[in-house]
Amino acid sequence: MITLIMLIPAATAVLLPLFAGRPNVREGTTLLGAVLLFATVLQLMPLVLAGETPELPVWTVIPGLTIAFSVEPLGMLFAAIASGLWILNSIYSIGYMRAEQAHRQTLFYVCFALALAATMGIALAGNLFTLFLFYELLTFTTWPLVTHRATREARDAGRLYLLMLFGASTMLLLPAIAWTGLAAGTLDFTPGGILAGNVGGIGLGILLALYVFGTAKAAVMPVHFWLPAAMVAPTPVSALLHAVAVVKAGVFTILKVIVYIFGAETLAASDRANWLVVVAGITVIAASLIALRQDNLKRRLAYSTISQLSYVILGAALFTPLAILGAALHIAAHAVSKITLFFAAGSVHVGAHVDDISRMDGIGRRMPFTMGAFTIGSLSMIGVPPTAGFLGKWFILIAALQVKEWFVVAVIVVSTLLNAGYFLPIVYRAFARAPAKGEGRIAESPWPMVASLVITAAVTVFLFVWPGAPFQLAEMLAGNAAIDASGSSVVEFPLEGGFR
Amino acid sequence: MSDLVAAASGFLDHYNQYITIFLMVSGLYIVIARGNMVKKLVGLSLFQSSVYLLYISAGKVHGGTAPIIDPGFTVYSHPLPHVLILTAIVVGIATLALGLALVVRINEAYGSIEEDEIFERDRDDK
Amino acid sequence: MREHLPALQVVLPLFGALIAALVRGPVAAWLVTAIVSVASLVISVVLLRQVIGGEVISYHLGGWDPSIGIEYRVDIVSALILVLVSAVAAVVAPFARLSVAAEIPEDKVAWFYTMYLISLAGLLGIAITGDAFNAFVFLEVSSLSSYALIAMGTNRRALVAAYQYLIVGTIGAGFYVIGVGLIYMMTGTLNLTLMAERIADIELSRPILAALAFIVVGISLKLALFPLHVWLPNAYAYAPSVATVFLAATATKVAIYLFARYVFSVFGRSFVFADLPLTETLLTFSIAAIFGAGTVAVFQSNLKRMFAYSSVAQVGYITLGISLATLSGVTGALVHVLNHALIKGAIFMALGSAVFRIGKCSFEDIAGIGRKMPLTSAALVLAGLSLIGLPGTAGFISKWYLVVASLELGWWWLAALIVMSTLITLAYVARVVEAAYFREPSKALADVTEAPAEMLIPTWILAGATVYFGIDTQLTAGLAERAALVLMGGIQ
Repeated sequence: MITLIMLIPAATAVLLPLFAGRPNVREGTTLLGAVLLFATVLQLMPLVLAGETPELPVWTVIPGLTIAFSVEPLGMLFAAIASGLWILNSIYSIGYMRAEQAHRQTLFYVCFALALAATMGIALAGNLFTLFLFYELLTFTTWPLVTHRATREARDAGRLYLLMLFGASTMLLLPAIAWTGLAAGTLDFTPGGILAGNVGGIGLGILLALYVFGTAKAAVMPVHFWLPAAMVAPTPVSALLHAVAVVKAGVFTILKVIVYIFGAETLAASDRANWLVVVAGITVIAASLIALRQDNLKRRLAYSTISQLSYVILGAALFTPLAILGAALHIAAHAVSKITLFFAAGSVHVGAHVDDISRMDGIGRRMPFTMGAFTIGSLSMIGVPPTAGFLGKWFILIAALQVKEWFVVAVIVVSTLLNAGYFLPIVYRAFARAPAKGEGRIAESPWPMVASLVITAAVTVFLFVWPGAPFQLAEMLAGNAAIDASGSSVVEFPLEGGFR
Repeated sequence: MSDLVAAASGFLDHYNQYITIFLMVSGLYIVIARGNMVKKLVGLSLFQSSVYLLYISAGKVHGGTAPIIDPGFTVYSHPLPHVLILTAIVVGIATLALGLALVVRINEAYGSIEEDEIFERDRDDK
Repeated sequence: MREHLPALQVVLPLFGALIAALVRGPVAAWLVTAIVSVASLVISVVLLRQVIGGEVISYHLGGWDPSIGIEYRVDIVSALILVLVSAVAAVVAPFARLSVAAEIPEDKVAWFYTMYLISLAGLLGIAITGDAFNAFVFLEVSSLSSYALIAMGTNRRALVAAYQYLIVGTIGAGFYVIGVGLIYMMTGTLNLTLMAERIADIELSRPILAALAFIVVGISLKLALFPLHVWLPNAYAYAPSVATVFLAATATKVAIYLFARYVFSVFGRSFVFADLPLTETLLTFSIAAIFGAGTVAVFQSNLKRMFAYSSVAQVGYITLGISLATLSGVTGALVHVLNHALIKGAIFMALGSAVFRIGKCSFEDIAGIGRKMPLTSAALVLAGLSLIGLPGTAGFISKWYLVVASLELGWWWLAALIVMSTLITLAYVARVVEAAYFREPSKALADVTEAPAEMLIPTWILAGATVYFGIDTQLTAGLAERAALVLMGGIQ
C-alpha cells in the first residue's frame, strides 16, 4: 500500500510527457493519478485509526542510513490532506492554466506530480534520512514551478527560493541529522524521542535551533524570505505547494522532530528549548504586521501563511500533548482555508485581471462564489467559528492557559485582531464598495476553478462541524507526544480539552 | 687553514650532488623565468638531466667498473640505476620531442612562440 | 592465462594502441579501442573479484624477484581504481565514435585512438604496479599521451593548454622521481612494499623527509591540488570532448590513488600525519580548493571550463578526506574518487553531446537546450544534482562520509565548511539549469535535435549510475570502506 502511494504520483510524472501533445489526455492522467492517490491513502486510514503503524523498510543505503516508511498519525493526516487537495488543485489548474494560456504546461504537470511524490515521501518517512531525502527532492521539483513564467523576476525568485531552502537544509538540517545519528545511533522516528540522555543542556537547544531554522520550509523568521518571493509562481502552485505541501512539509518536519526525535517531554523538561515559543510568537506577530501593509493579494496571503505556520510551531513549542493536538489540527485547518484563499486570489486574477487589493472594489458582486469562498477562508484564518481555523487555535489557547504561558495567550489574541485587520477590509471592499462603472455583471472564472474553490470552502466549514478523522489522528499524535523517553504515557486520556 | 681544506674536500666529496642541485634549480629557473617556449623546454631538459645525475651518482661504487661481467674485475658499479636512467632518458627525449612539436604547431597557429604575445593574441580574438 | 591477468591488464591496451596505429582506418581504430576497453573492464572485474576478500595478487614481471624486478601488485585499493578506469573507458568507447569523427580530422582519428589507448595503459599501469620507478614510467606514458590528446582540440588554445600541461606535468613527474631516487638511496629498493618496511626505521632522517616533500608536491601537481591546478582548466576546456571525459574521470583519480598509496602505505600514517603536519597543510589547501576553485567556477562563461574548475574543487573534497586520516575520512575520499569520476564523466559526456550538435558550449549557446535536447540536458541536470550532493544521489554519500568524519573528530567547524561549500556547487549547477530550462532557446538552436542514441546511452549509463550509487552503495561505499581499511593498515 505504501509502495503504491509512492508509485502513483511518480508514475503519473513519467506518463505525462508521453501525452504532451494531447492536453485532454494529459490533464486526465493528472486527475486520474490524483484520485487514485487519494483513494489509496484513504485505504491506509482505517489501519492507522485502529492504532497500527504500517511500516515498509525499503533499503539500507549505508549502515545507519536507511530508506524506510512508517505511517504514524501525523503523517497520515498530512498525506490525506495533500493528496485530497491535489485532486481539487488539479481541477483548478486545468481551468487556470488554460485560461492563462500558459506555456510549457507539460513541464508544469510533471513537476507537480513529482512534488506530490516527494510530499508523500515526507509524510510517510520512517526516519530522518528518508524525510531529508524527500525534503530536498521537494525543493528541487518545485523550483521549476516557481520559475515557470521564465521571466527575469521569476528566475531571481527561483534563485532565492533554492538558495534559502536548500541552503538552510544543507547547512543546518543535514548537520543536525548527522549529529543526531552520531549521538543517538539511530534516525528512526520513535514515540518518546531518541535523544533523551544522549544530548543535553545547551546542546539540546542548539540542536533544536538547527532543526527549526534548517527547516526553512516552515518559514520561521528569519528564514521566511523565500515564501513571498515564490508568489511569482502560477497560482495553483502557490495554492497547493506554498500553502499546503511545501510549507506544511516544513512545519510537519518540525512537529515530527519534536515529538519523535526529541520527545516532547524531554524538551518540556529542558530549560534550553523555551526560546522557540518566543521566535514563533514574534514570527506570528511580525508577519501579520507586514501582511497588513501588502497591497498585492498573493503577497498578503503569503505573509499570512508565514504567520499561520508559526501558529503550528507555537503550539508545538509548548511541548504539551494538548498543544500538539492543536498544532496538528491547525495544519489541517490552515491547509483547506489557505488553499481556498489562494484559489480565490487566482480566480480574481483570471476572471478580473486584478492582483492588487486596492483595485478590488465591488469585486464580490461580479464574482460572488469566489469572494464568498474567500470570506469563509478569511473567517477561518481569523479563527471564527464555525470554521476549521477555530479548532487549532482553541486547543493551543487552552494548552497555553493550562501551562500559564501568558506570552502565547497574548500572541494569539493580538494576532487574531491583526488577522481580522488584514482580511476583513478585503471582504468589505469586495462586497460593500461599489464597483467601477460597467463592471456590475456577474463574470465568474471558468467553472473548474469555481467548483474547486467552493468545495474547499465547504470543507473548511465541514471540518468544524465534523472534525472526525483529522481530530482522531491529531489526538493519537498527542498520545504519542505524551510518551516520555521511558515509553510510558504521562497524561490521562481523553484529554481535558472540553471540546469534542 | 686546515679547516678550509677539510671544508673544501667535504665539498668536493659531494661535488656531483651540488651539480645535481645546480642543474635542477637553474632548469626550474629557466622554465619559470623565460617566456620563450623553446627556452622553457631547454630548462625542462636541464631539470631532467639533474635527475639522471642524481640516480647515476647513487649507483657509483668506488673503484668499480662498468657492470659487464669479466673475470678480470671483481668490483662493479650498481647496474640498476643505469638501467633506470636509460628509461628516464627515453622519457625525457619523448617529452622534449613532443614539446618541440607542440611549439612548432603553436608557431603555425599564432605566429609566435613568446608566451606574452600568444596570450595577447588569444585575448584579442575573444 | 588466469595468473597472467595483471600483466594483460596493461599489455592489452598497449598492444591495442599499436594495432590502432597500424590499421589507420577511423572505424577500425575505433573498433580496436572499443574491444580493448571492454576487455580491460572484464580483466579488472575478474581481478577485483579475486582480491575482494582481502587477498593480494603479486605478479612478478618476467619472473624476477620483487627486490630487484618489477612486481605488479593487486589489492582491493588498486583493483578498485583499475575497475574505475577501465569502466570509464568502456563507457566512453561507444560514445567516442561520433564525437571523435566530428571533432578530429579524419586522417588523425587513428592517432587519436592510439594516444587514447596508450593513456589508458599508463593509467592502468600506475594503479597496478608495485614498483616506484615503474609507476614513474607509467605516469609519463599516460601524461605524454594525454598532452597529445589535448593538443588535438579544435581551438588553437588547445595547443597552448597542452604545452602548459606538458611543462607542469614534467616538473611534477620529475619531482616524483627525485623523491623516489632519495628513498632508493636510503632503502636500496624500488618495491613499494619493501620500501614501506625499510622506511619504518629511518623515518625522520633528512633524505626521507626530503623525499616525502618531493613526492607529495610532485603528485599534487598531477592531481591538481590547489594551487598547483593552473594547468587543468584550460586542458579540460580545450581538449576534444572524448579526451575531456576520459581524463576528467580518470587521470586525477589515478594520481590521487598514487598519493594515498605513498602517504598511507609507504610512509605510513603515523609518520606523515602524527609526526609531520600534513593534516594541517593538506586540509588548508583542500579547503582553499573547494572554496577558491568553486568560486571561480561560478563565474565562467564556458561550461567545459566551469566544470573543469569544479573538478579542482571536487579534488579538494577528496584530499580533505585523505587529510583527516581516519577511517570515515579516507572512505569518504575513496567514495568520492568513484562518485566524482561518474559524475564528471556524465557531465562532460552531456557537454560533448551538446558540442556535437551545437558546436560549442558557452552559456549563450546552450540557452534553452532543455527543450531541444531534453534527454541530454536531463542527464546533465541529474549529474549536476549529484555534484551538489542531493540526498539519493552518489554525491550525497561522499558528503555524508566527510561530514560524519569531521564530526567524529569533533571538528564541527569543518563540517560547517563542507556543507557551506555545497552552496557554491549549487550556484554553478543552478546557473546551468537556469540556462538550459528557464530561458528561451537561442536562434542558433533552431535546428538542433536530440543527440544520437550512440552518445545518449553512455551518457545515461553514467548519469543513471550517479543516482544508482546514491541508493545502492555496496559497490562504492562498501568497497571503499574495505579499501580504506587496507590503506590504513599499510600494505599487508
